[in-house]
Order: sequence, then C-alpha cells, then structure tokens
Amino acid sequence: MIGRGSVHLPSVLRDPAAREGSVVAGEASEAVVLNVSRRSFVKTGTLAGAGVLVLGVFGCSRDEASDAVERAIATGDSDDAVFRPSVFVGINGEGDVFVVNSRAEMGQGVRSSVHVVIADELGADLGRVTQEQADGDPKYGDMNTDGSTTMRNFFDQWRTAGATAREMLIQAAAARWGVPAAECTAHDHAVHHVGSRRSAGFGELAAAAATLEAPADPPFRPREEWRYIGTAVAGYDNSDIVTGRARFGLDVRMPDLLYASVERPPTVLGRLVSFDDSAARAVPGVVDVVALPDAQAPVAFGALGGVAVVATNTWAAFKGREALVVQWELGPNAAHSTDSYRRTLEASASAAGEVALDEGDADAALSGATDVFEAAYWVPMQTQAPMEVPNATAWFKEDGTVECWAPTQNAISAREAVAGYLGLSQEEVTVHVTLLGGGFGRKGKADYIVEAALISRAVGAPVKNTWKREDCTRHSYFHAPSAQRITTAVGADGMPTAWRHRTAFPSISSIFALDVVRPQVFELGLGALTVPYDIANVRVEACEAQAHVRIGWMRSVGNIHHGFAVNAMAGELAQRAGRDQLEYFMELIGPDRDLSPRFGERGAYQEDLVRAPFDTARLKHVLRIAAQSAGYGNASLPANEAIGLAVHYSFGSYVAWAVRVRVEDGDWSVIRADGAIDAGTIVNRDRVLAQMEGNFIYGLTMARYGELTVTDGAVDQSNFFDYQFARLNETPEVSVEIVASTMIPGGVGEPGMPPVMPAISNGILQVTGRAVREVPIRVG
Amino acid sequence: MESYTLRVNDQVHDVEAAPDTPLLWVLRDLIGLTGTKYGCGVGLCRSCTVLVDGSAVPSCQQPVSTVGTRSVTTIEGLSESGDHPLQELWNELNVSQCGFCQAGQIMTAAGWLSENPAPSDEDIDRFQSVNLCRCGTYPRIREAIRTAARRMQGADR
Repeated sequence: MIGRGSVHLPSVLRDPAAREGSVVAGEASEAVVLNVSRRSFVKTGTLAGAGVLVLGVFGCSRDEASDAVERAIATGDSDDAVFRPSVFVGINGEGDVFVVNSRAEMGQGVRSSVHVVIADELGADLGRVTQEQADGDPKYGDMNTDGSTTMRNFFDQWRTAGATAREMLIQAAAARWGVPAAECTAHDHAVHHVGSRRSAGFGELAAAAATLEAPADPPFRPREEWRYIGTAVAGYDNSDIVTGRARFGLDVRMPDLLYASVERPPTVLGRLVSFDDSAARAVPGVVDVVALPDAQAPVAFGALGGVAVVATNTWAAFKGREALVVQWELGPNAAHSTDSYRRTLEASASAAGEVALDEGDADAALSGATDVFEAAYWVPMQTQAPMEVPNATAWFKEDGTVECWAPTQNAISAREAVAGYLGLSQEEVTVHVTLLGGGFGRKGKADYIVEAALISRAVGAPVKNTWKREDCTRHSYFHAPSAQRITTAVGADGMPTAWRHRTAFPSISSIFALDVVRPQVFELGLGALTVPYDIANVRVEACEAQAHVRIGWMRSVGNIHHGFAVNAMAGELAQRAGRDQLEYFMELIGPDRDLSPRFGERGAYQEDLVRAPFDTARLKHVLRIAAQSAGYGNASLPANEAIGLAVHYSFGSYVAWAVRVRVEDGDWSVIRADGAIDAGTIVNRDRVLAQMEGNFIYGLTMARYGELTVTDGAVDQSNFFDYQFARLNETPEVSVEIVASTMIPGGVGEPGMPPVMPAISNGILQVTGRAVREVPIRVG
Repeated sequence: MESYTLRVNDQVHDVEAAPDTPLLWVLRDLIGLTGTKYGCGVGLCRSCTVLVDGSAVPSCQQPVSTVGTRSVTTIEGLSESGDHPLQELWNELNVSQCGFCQAGQIMTAAGWLSENPAPSDEDIDRFQSVNLCRCGTYPRIREAIRTAARRMQGADR
C-alpha cells in the first residue's frame, strides 16, 4: 500500500493480539466435506487443518459437486507435501510441486506468474507446478494486493523460496551420490551430476531434502538460465474460466447456506431510524430480516449499517429488500452535492495550499514573469466497478469462531476487520480467498465481509452477502473528485520557467481519521510530486478538501487526476508554443537525469530508488517508442485526426501512449492506440501486454463516461445505463511494446492507466485547437 | 413457490421457485450451476448469458415461469470437454483477465455465430457489444471470435 505511514488506522484495526500462525480449522458438518486440493478430494465426516474449504452438494448432483470441487480454487492444505522449505513452496513424494499464492488474483495475472518465478528458480517443469491459495495469515507477509506491489515486493521473495528448495534438493542428491554439491545442477525437474551422469527427480529427493537445514542465503539462478521468466505463459485459470468451473466469491456454496442482501442508508453515516419488514417477510423465500449496527466515524473498513434481508436464494433477498419500508436519518453528509462541492474544490485550488514540494522559487518566478499561463482541471468522482460485485460468505459458528470466503484483495486486513468489528480475536477468524471478478482497489476494503459476518452471527447460519450492482455503484470507496490548477511562467522560447501545481481532493486518509482535510503527501506523490519536467522553479501545494463520501484506492489512484493534468498542461504548452508534441515533451522532460533525490531511498510507491532510480531517460525512451509505433510524425492524417501523446512514471514503471483520435459530428473516438511500457524485469510477457491493453480500455472508459455525481449526500448513478463502460464497438486496435530491461521489476497492473486520458485529450487538442480540461472528455 | 421442471445442459431439474425468479438465480442458487454470472440484473452487461433453444438470452431477464420446456445451455454445457472453438480460442489467445464476464461473452458469441457463421469485423463489433468487460479484454475477444469463426467453418485448420 502506498504511503501507509501517513494513514492512521483506527484502534479497531490495530489488534495488538495479532500474531503469526494458527488458522482456525475448517469444521465439517454432517454433509460431504471436500478437500479442495486440485489433486484430490476426500469424503469424510470431519476434517481438520488449515484452509479446508467446505463445499456443499446442496442442490446439485454428486457429479456436479465433485466436479465443482476439483475445479474450485484450491486453498493451502497441501497435506501430502513431504518437503516444505518455505511457506510459498512444497514438493511431494511424486515430485509434484505446489506453490502457495498469497496474493489476490483479480485479473492482473499473479496466478499466471507466481509459479513462473518459483519454477525457474527451482528448475521445475512448469506443467508440474500447481497452485494453492493462501488464507489470510501474517506468515505470508504482506497480502495487500494493491499498489502494483506483487512483483515489486515478491519477485525476490519467491526467487528465494525457489532457490532455497533447489539448494536443499541439490544437497540431498550430492549426499546420496557422495559428490560435491557444487558439481550438481537442478533443471528439468531433477538434480543432475554431469560427471557421473546421474540424475534424481525432485520427488525422490524431497524426503531427504526435508531433513536438511535451509541455506541462509541461497544464490539466485543467473538470468541466462531462466526458462520461463520473460516469456508468454498461458493463463493458469484459462480452462476453468471458459468452462464455468472457476470459482469466484459469488460462486461459494455450502450446505444450509442462506443468501442475504443489505439495504443501506443512502448517505455515509446515515442512521437507521425505523423499518417495517412485514411485506419483506411475506416474500416467498425470505427467512429473516436483520438490522445492522449504524456506521461509526471514522468509517474505515466497517459496515455501513442498514437492514439485511436473509432468504433461501439471492432473488428472494433482493425482492425482500424492495419490500422494506425504511426510515433513515441522513446524518452529517446529507448536505453534500457535487455542484456546490465542485465550486468549493475549485476555489480551494485557486488559493495557496500546504506546500509539499518547493524547488527554486516558483512564486517569485511567477510574479516576475511577463507571460503567465494557467489552466484548471476537473476530474469527477469515479468508482472501480468490478464486474463481480462485492460479496462474501461468512459462517459464524456456535463455538464463536467465524469462517469467511471472500474475493478480497487483502485477506489479512479482512481478518483484522472482521475480528475488530465483531469483537473477536484474529485467531477466531479465518478468511479464505477466492478468485476476484475484478478488484481495481474496491476489494481491498472489507466492509462487505464484515457485513456477512454480522448477518451470519445474527441468523446463526452460513450466509452469502451479495451486493446488487446498484449497491456497488453507490456504496464504494470512491476515487476522489479533484480540482487542480497549474500555473506556469513561460519563457520566450515557449518553455516553462516556473510550475505551480495546486491540487484539491478529499484524502483516502479521511476514512481513517476525521481531522484529515487535504491531500496527504503519499497521494501527492502519485503524479504531482513526481512531475518529471526540467523546470527550475517547481512548487506543489495540497489544498483543502473535506470528505463527505468514503474515499478509496482505485487503479493508479492519484495518478488518475495528476497524470491527466500534468500531461494535459504539457500538451497545452506545446500547442501554445506552436510546437510538435513529441519534440516539445522531450525538451520539457529535459536531459537524462535521476529525479530520485526528491524522494530519498524510497519513493512515493515505496519503490527502491537505490536499485532503480527515477530516470528521465527511461521516461523519454517509452515516449519515443510509443510515438514511433503509432507512426507519429509520419502519418498523413485527415484534418479531423491526430496522434496525441502522454507519458507517465508510476509504481516503478514508465508508460507512454500514442493515441490516434478522430473528431467528428461533435464527438470523438479512438482509431488506434500504441503503448510502450518499461516495467524493468518482467515475468509473464503476455500478462504485461494484457494489463496494458486493459489499462487502455479502463482509461478509455473513464475518458468517455467517467463521472459520478452526488445529490444530498447520495450517489445519483446506479447501474450500467448511467455509469457506463466502453464497449467492444468503441475499442480500437491496441498495440503494445515492452522495453527489454534487466532492472528490478516495476508495477504492471496500474502504470498503464494514467497516460491514457491525457493522450486522448492531447490528440483532441491538436485537432480542435481547444484545450481539454475536464473528464469526461467532450468536444464541440 | 411453484414447481418447475427445467431442461438444462440435457439434464432435467425439478425446482421450487417464485414464478418471477430469474433463470439466473435458479441456475446459480437452486441448481448449483454457478458458471452463469450476475453482473447487473438489468440485462445491460450480459454476464448472465445462456442459450435458450440455441439463442443467447440474458438469464437475469428470463423469469423461470417463462422457460417452459425449452432447452437451456449454460457455459458448463457448451461442450463436452471445454473444446468448443470459442473456448479453444479464448485459451489460445489468453483472452481472460479476471474471467468473470467471459462465460457470458462466450455464450453470446456462440449464440449469434450459429446464425452468422461468417461474420465481418463490423458484425463482431455489433453483435458482441451487448456484453461488458471491465478488465478491457475486448481486443482479444474480437480476435478470438474472428479466428473461431474461421475455424468453425473449417478454413483455419
């Protein structure tokens, strides 16, 4: 997570009792209990052990049930492993390697990458490596799958896990053969001694390796020996997905499961006054109606309160909700409306804020300048809108423990939240992680899991809590609406000599602390402090903005609005100077240099700036490549088309887009998009391409449709007719180049997003001559 | 609650449900076929697409009382062993990211391809744009359908 240091966690999320280990065992009921390892399933009355998922045969045939189990996402039981040198890897007597994936799979491709890293370091055949999904447990380290952190933080950890196993297998073989370990190698799923032409498979060595002491600092395999890393590896869950066997959170089933849906107050911190559930209880299938406790400030990851309808199927729960008559007290945020709020933010960004970066003397340069140019930018509130709505299944048992199954980006935080809000110890809470049908930041907050646990406790049965699409749209942790004003002093050559960036948006930290009333440093680091231009006088100011809805992380976070404004301003300056965008941007970024000193050893993304400095040469390189791929400068385009450029550094990676736009009939469209990414060392080439493609579409959606509004504290939009996504017929051809690099891995899931909108707007600017300063982008 | 006998993937299922219960929730909650996904509940994302007598329909908009004796095919029943040309191409091109919408994407394509076996690129855009994907897998969906159509016609073997 970004800038965690500046986020104040409420006491409920700081559980001093948190300690390692001890996942509460799954309990078997009378029903068929199935061990969901991909390799086996067993029928038994009771089954103890961490991570046993209880799946029901309720309502489906035996064949369907066993099929469901075989294909269900496996959790970390791995009971046949004889050799477990790490929490991340194990090997059984047959040589089957399993990898425990502790990171959430939400489409970014970790499950198509984690085994790649470990297999290469180990010398395993990729086809003999299976995966299991870790339950929430601190023994795996950080499980918060956001901030594009997985490869940045786990590449070396996973290599260490693989190397440890490899060295121990080699030692076991060397001891067996009476040869020096240094003469042995591990590849093709076996250890080899060339001199004596002997080989032994991993399976036959596993038991012996398990008796050895793990090496303290196993060497990494040289890059030249990598067999899979950097290649295109097939998606691990492909077959399950296209046959309907992949199990997302929404697909969890078990005996005696009840289905719940919650009617929540329309405003944050709204309170339940009274409700009449007589009609709801009359809906066939409804079994109970439960009032949830009102939300408390700060809201953190707590539930929003409201009334839960519990039924024998999801539809009955939805129908029951419609039949509720509820009286709310709208509370402290009821006066919040987007129209007036926008004016407030724009006024805030027009005055001095708290100075967060001050190089040279921007104020003096601006006051002494003969040519001052400024522009104000507006990016509305957005929501992540994963295709799979928030949902969770929880089972509060008679012994006071609770077991949860959820599509969560952060199983440890979910466990803390459920324990904290239900007054349990963490040892009493188990969180199993399913596949996520998209996350984009939304599923890093456990409010929907807390709800499920509260409802299960109230009704004494396992409960699946399903949000409606309308709930997902209205009750998110939203991407903050923002007003920004960038003021420049422009020299006679058209280049800026001063840059003052004022940015006003409600902070994510506001969900944790009531006294946070302006953007925090960790949020300014996302695209504002990282302005890469060669300007002598630079000042960045954080301007006041009160939060009236829940604010949260959304794919690329502050880079969404900062990347837009910083790149759009560059486009406007180029236009004003009558210069070509590519040539101007290159000059604006300036000489090759290291911008890291602004941040020290750790940047805004907690990236390692010692091993991988923030390097303007890499930034310019991706811009040049994207422009070349697009035929920038060569193509003779119709007068209503142009190729717009933008380039941005985020999450340790560098991305540029060159987007050919067309303006006609008062609207715009994208004809073609060419991207380039330098993410350092990459693991699964195909997933990097996929993330770039997906980020382009995500940005295109925001550029065309991205706007949520609020009236009287409640979000106005609800479903895909008023919060739209780009569709296939709006999708251009998307082409991506990956820069070959041996630098440490950068992020991949998010960095492709920030330059999308400004590349589009910089293209439109060239066609129309009019600046684009607002999202959604309109012409005419 | 009423009793209904449904024919799903060539198996007969007896279910008890309120007449207005969408086929989606009957499949998912009562029969246990969870490959068909809920995305919006109003027919705008088509994650819930199934074939009813061979035609693609959003199952969230199909009350169980209106299904009758018609044959329902879900993603689980599209092919014997996951080898429908669309499924093969989805795998070969690594179309899926999170994967949540992909069953609906495939069922939509299977539905209209059966009536338009040689689609133009414009046809693909027109017929497939009823389905939403938040991950942005559209470029690969387009290519997968294009190639699968050729393969189904025997031109790409």
